[in-house]
Amino acid sequence: MMIFTIAWRELRNLFLSPLAWCVLAVIQFIIAWIFLIQVDNFLKFAPTLAGMANAPGVTDAIASPIFSTASVIMLLVVPIMSMRLIAEERRSGTLSLLQSAPVSMTEIVLGKYLGLLLFLIIMLGFMTVMPLSLAVGTHLDYGKLFSGVLGLGLLLGAFASAGLFISTLTKQPVVAAISCFGLLLMLWIISWAGSGDDRYSPVFHYLSLLDHYGALLRGSFNSTDVLYYLLFITTFLVLSIRRLDAYRLQH
Amino acid sequence: MVDNMNGDDVLVKVENLYRYYDEHCAVQGLNFELRKGEILGFLGPNGAGKTTTMQILSGNLAPSAGQILINGIDILDQPKRAKACIGYLPEQPPLYADLTVDEYLEYCACLNRVPRNKHLTARSLSKERCGLKDMGSKLISNLSKGYRQRVGIAQAIIHTPAVVILDEPTVGLDPIQIREIRSLIVELGKEHGVILSTHILPEVQTVCSRVQIIHKGRLVFNDDLAGLTRRMQSTSLLLTCRQLPEQAVIRALPGVISVELLGNQQLRVHFNAGNNPAEIIAAEVIKRGWGLLELIPEHKSLEQIFVELTTTDEASGTTMIQERAA
Repeated sequence: MMIFTIAWRELRNLFLSPLAWCVLAVIQFIIAWIFLIQVDNFLKFAPTLAGMANAPGVTDAIASPIFSTASVIMLLVVPIMSMRLIAEERRSGTLSLLQSAPVSMTEIVLGKYLGLLLFLIIMLGFMTVMPLSLAVGTHLDYGKLFSGVLGLGLLLGAFASAGLFISTLTKQPVVAAISCFGLLLMLWIISWAGSGDDRYSPVFHYLSLLDHYGALLRGSFNSTDVLYYLLFITTFLVLSIRRLDAYRLQH
Repeated sequence: MVDNMNGDDVLVKVENLYRYYDEHCAVQGLNFELRKGEILGFLGPNGAGKTTTMQILSGNLAPSAGQILINGIDILDQPKRAKACIGYLPEQPPLYADLTVDEYLEYCACLNRVPRNKHLTARSLSKERCGLKDMGSKLISNLSKGYRQRVGIAQAIIHTPAVVILDEPTVGLDPIQIREIRSLIVELGKEHGVILSTHILPEVQTVCSRVQIIHKGRLVFNDDLAGLTRRMQSTSLLLTCRQLPEQAVIRALPGVISVELLGNQQLRVHFNAGNNPAEIIAAEVIKRGWGLLELIPEHKSLEQIFVELTTTDEASGTTMIQERAA
C-alpha cells in the first residue's frame, strides 16, 4: 500500500520535470527511425527471403533489431532516470520526510524502484507498439515478440535496480549517473573477457547482462535467464535497503 | 504542571541515550521526559548535539545505546507505530519544490497513513493552523522562506501526532514571521507535546514551559521556565551618575561584594544573590548628591549561563540537576 503511494508519487514527480517527457520523445523518435529502416530493408529483401528455406520472418527481421538497439540506448537512458532516486532526496534533505513517516526502509526502496519501473514500462509499451502495428498487414510470431518484450523488460528492471543502488551511494546525482553507466557497461561487456577458451569463460558469460538478453531475443525462453535477472534485481534492491539502513546507523 | 505528573501523560521518555559518530560522542547519557501539554525547549550552542538528539527521536538516526519510548512504544522495536505518533520538522524543511502545497500535503497525509476519507479535512486543518489557507495551489518553489517553514510545520502536524519535534523552526525568518511561528508553536503546545530546539534564548522564554540545556552531548540543565529565570537573575548592578561616585563608599554598603570602575561615570556593583542593595545604593547616591542617572540590574545572557554551567565540573553539574528535580 505504502509502496504504491511512494511509487505513484515518484512516477508523477518524473513527469513534473521536462526530463521524462524529453527522454520519451527522443527515444521514441530514434526507435521509430530504426523501425522504419528495418521495415524498408525487409520489403527490399522480401522477394529473396521468400525463396529461401528457413528464412527469418517479420518478427526476426524487424522486432529483434529494434529490441537489441533499444537495449543499448536504455543503457544510456536508465542511469539518467535513476540517478535522482535517492541521491537527490538525500541532497535536498527530503529523505527525512520518508524516514520519519511510519514507513519502513524496504517500502521506501521498493516504492522508488517501482516508480521508476513504471516509467520504463511505459517506454517499453511505446516501443512494443511499433512492431505490433505490423500485425495489421502480416502475421507476427507472437511468442517471439513476447519473449523479446519480456527480455527487454527484465533487462530494464535489472538496469533500474543497479541504478537505484548506485543512487543510494552518493549525494551527487551526476556522479550516480556516471557510476551507474560504468557499472552497466562493465556488466554488458564482461563476456568479452570470456571469449577465449580458458575455463573461466562460462563465469564471465553467466555474469554478462548481454548474454542472457540475447537468448530471450532469439526467442529461446530459458528459466536460467529469467532467474538471472530476478536474482540481479533482488540483489541490488537488498543492497539498497542495507545501504539506506546503514546511513541511519552510521554517518 | 503538578497535576499532570502521573505516568500516563508521558509522551516521550528517553533513557540513557548515547550516540557515537566513529570516535566522537555526540550525545552521552541523555535522560528526559516530555509530558502532554508541555513545550520543551532544547537549548545549546552549535554542535551541542541538539540536532542529533532530534534526529534520533524522529527515527532518522539510530542511537548507539539507550531507549526511547514514544507514547509508551519503543521506537527501535516498533518503529512504524512509534513514528506514527511523531511529526518532525528537520532544520531544513523536507519539501519537494516541484509540488504545490496541496499536492505535497496530500502526499504527507498518505505517508502518515491518514485515512483516505479524512485527507481533505486533515489538509485544510493543518493549512489553516499554519496560515496557508490561500497557498494551496502555489508551487513550493515559489514560496518565501517563511512560508516554506510553515509548510514544513503543516507537514509535521498533518496526522495530528502526539509529539511534534521542531528543529530550529525560526532560523532565517524575519521578526514578524518569527512572531507568527512562535504563536503557532504555543498553539500547538495546547494539544500536542512539543520539543523545540533553538539557540535563541528569548525564543525559549516566550514559548517554552520547560528548558533543557545541552552541552557537548550532556544535559547540563533541566528545569521549568521559572528555574531558568531564577538562574538568570543578576548578581550585579550598573550604576551611572552625573558625578563619579566614590568607590570606597559604595563598597562599604551592606550586601556589596566588590565595585568595578567601567568608565567616567559608571560603576559595576557586584552583590550577593538574594541581597539586592539597589535601594540602599540609590539612597546613598541621592544623599551625597552625585546625581543618579541609571541603576540597572544586569541580566545574565545565555552565554554566561552556558559558561557557568559548563565550566563547573561534571559532579556539581549533576548535583544541580538532581537538586532541581527534587
